[in-house]
Amino acid sequence: MAITLTEAAADRVRSFLENRGKGVGLRLGVRTSGCSGMAYVLEFVDDIDDSDTVFEEHGVKVIVDPKSMVYLDGTELDFKRDGLNEGFEFNNPNVKDSCGCGESFTV
Amino acid sequence: MALLQISEPGQATAPHQHRLAIGIDLGTTNSLVASVRSGLAETLADESGQHLLPSVVRYLQHQQPVVGQSAKEAAPDDPMNTIVSVKRLMGRGIEDVRDNEFDTYKFVEQESAVPRIHTVAGDVSAIEVSAEILKSLRARAEKTLGGDLSGAVITVPAYFDEAQRQATKDAARLAGLNVLRLLNEPTAAAVAYGLDKKSDGIIAIYDLGGGTFDVSILRLNRGVFEVMATAGDSALGGDDMDAAIARWIMQQANIQDDADHAQIRRLMHEARRAKEALTDADATTVEVVRMDGSLWQGQLTRADMHELIDSLIRKTISPCRRALRDAGIGVDEVDEVVMVGGSTRVPRVREQVEAFFKRPPLVDIDPDKVVAVGAALQADVLAGNKPDEEMLLLDVIPLSLGLETMGGLSEKLISRNTTIPVARAQEFTTYKDGQTAMSIHVVQGEREMVQDCRSLARFSLHGIPPMVAGAARIRVTFQVDADGLLSVTAQELTSGVQSRIEVKPSYGLEDTEIEQMLRDSMEHARGDMESRRVREQQVEADRVIEALEAALQTDGEQYLDQAEREKIDQALSALHQVNQTEDVEAIKAAIKNLETTCSAYVERRMNSSIQHAMSGHSIEEFES
Repeated sequence: MAITLTEAAADRVRSFLENRGKGVGLRLGVRTSGCSGMAYVLEFVDDIDDSDTVFEEHGVKVIVDPKSMVYLDGTELDFKRDGLNEGFEFNNPNVKDSCGCGESFTV
Repeated sequence: MALLQISEPGQATAPHQHRLAIGIDLGTTNSLVASVRSGLAETLADESGQHLLPSVVRYLQHQQPVVGQSAKEAAPDDPMNTIVSVKRLMGRGIEDVRDNEFDTYKFVEQESAVPRIHTVAGDVSAIEVSAEILKSLRARAEKTLGGDLSGAVITVPAYFDEAQRQATKDAARLAGLNVLRLLNEPTAAAVAYGLDKKSDGIIAIYDLGGGTFDVSILRLNRGVFEVMATAGDSALGGDDMDAAIARWIMQQANIQDDADHAQIRRLMHEARRAKEALTDADATTVEVVRMDGSLWQGQLTRADMHELIDSLIRKTISPCRRALRDAGIGVDEVDEVVMVGGSTRVPRVREQVEAFFKRPPLVDIDPDKVVAVGAALQADVLAGNKPDEEMLLLDVIPLSLGLETMGGLSEKLISRNTTIPVARAQEFTTYKDGQTAMSIHVVQGEREMVQDCRSLARFSLHGIPPMVAGAARIRVTFQVDADGLLSVTAQELTSGVQSRIEVKPSYGLEDTEIEQMLRDSMEHARGDMESRRVREQQVEADRVIEALEAALQTDGEQYLDQAEREKIDQALSALHQVNQTEDVEAIKAAIKNLETTCSAYVERRMNSSIQHAMSGHSIEEFES
């Protein structure tokens, strides 16, 4: 079971955390909602829960709760640019289908 | 493919529910847009990596207007259709623009109070020009953030009056932006520096932009901002430094004053380049092509420039002193000084500010971007992306708001430098018997007489039930919302009839005029007090005359013999006469004299009305 960050993603997360001035890492998760079943959660983490799994990638702690782990195993988080827009992208091998924009998905 | 941003713990939004909010610094010279992404507030760049959008709009025939750098570059060759520094025109009337300050443009002569500029694409107002700038920033933000915007915070100078704020809001609406709120520029700058994270302190914001200077004193109290005082000069900025340098070049290069628009713009351009070069260098070479095509070259040293701009910098220090005085604090009580505006990059400005405030100013955040960054942080909070964080910003109104009372006196309901939002109410009454309507005249200013204040609006309250003078109770409420916009409500309390008005004055005031009004109110303080005493006494005399004449009309013949009546008429006409003068004591004496003369008559009337009221009743009824 593993979740990875690309180096570009890790660099951005590190600088965002630094700018924020607090927080121990980045939470990746899923929750049920959205137009295609599941939606990704991407949040700063101030407190790690006992049941969370913690990964360390390029010096950044990635925190995942046990329920989300099932859906995210093998996911790689990347940081991309698309014209003027930039942000994070989930490359999740478990996804069977996603909505047009990729914000929500089904497994 | 949607690209995601990191949210605060527990704040991840549902898909397609992102609340994208932006902060816009709509500047005189340059404008910027900023947003908070993954917790980081940044200004957004255009395709070529430029953050600053020159606030320049060029109108073309049969084409969409061009905004920004390319418009700015075209300005020297097409000055009539290229609108620069439009912010100076926001909320201003046709009278205001007759100054030579705007003589580049051709204003359309018309009835409306809103000046329109004639261009090849038709006549445009300042609001429409500003909307073009905002549209361009909006398009940039939507491309960068990848979605529709839920709202924007737009900054305005702390000194903007209601008309200018309303004009800014109208421009935003025209550009299709939802205005979350207007934020004062200095407050935005303090927020950008995270000064709101401290618990308390006093912060001075020194904002020297391209065309305007503002200084604000903010007090931070348990994490809450309050603008204690503001001062400034709306006709002072980096442009003036450029103009001073340009004049120097003209002198040195022997260019005559009758240079055409294009030549003047080129000179200004070279002056600005020289000023910017002297931020790091001690001297720079200045080049300009004369009208006859010959080239002139010269050296401008930093010392030369200091000589040219020192008087301008000194002009920024006296508003600083005034703001401190208005705030009632000494220079040593200021905890931080924040530098805002591109012109604060000039090392000489920093030196002088440090010398005045006796402390080095904060300059870490790019002074061009600091206001937009603060606005973005505020927009993020208002859009609900950071509900845990509480940030309450308080602003002040620049001039007292009041209404006209009898005799042309101004009754102030909200005094200047009151923090907003605020609501104040006061009760007024009728002046004449049977009065059924009341005209309410809303004024702004510090002077005692309405004629010396600025008229904001007039409206009427109709349907007051007929009553004797002084019996009606009319409650007038002044409410200023968080954006500084005023609404006035008048309600007659016994009947409940009410009337209200939103003040969207036809045009606004300049900072310099506000200053002038403040200065006048101090200079004329004694005279104004005297006028108030005179007017109050005259109004009192009018009231007495009014009441007596009404009484004489009804029952004068019944209670008075010929001799008595003559005496009263004499005293009455004496009061009439003396009331035309401004002699307070004489009016007072004449009123007294009239009252004495009438005392017998008044007594008879009183007795008669008591008798009238008691007739048919036994005395016991009144004793019980």
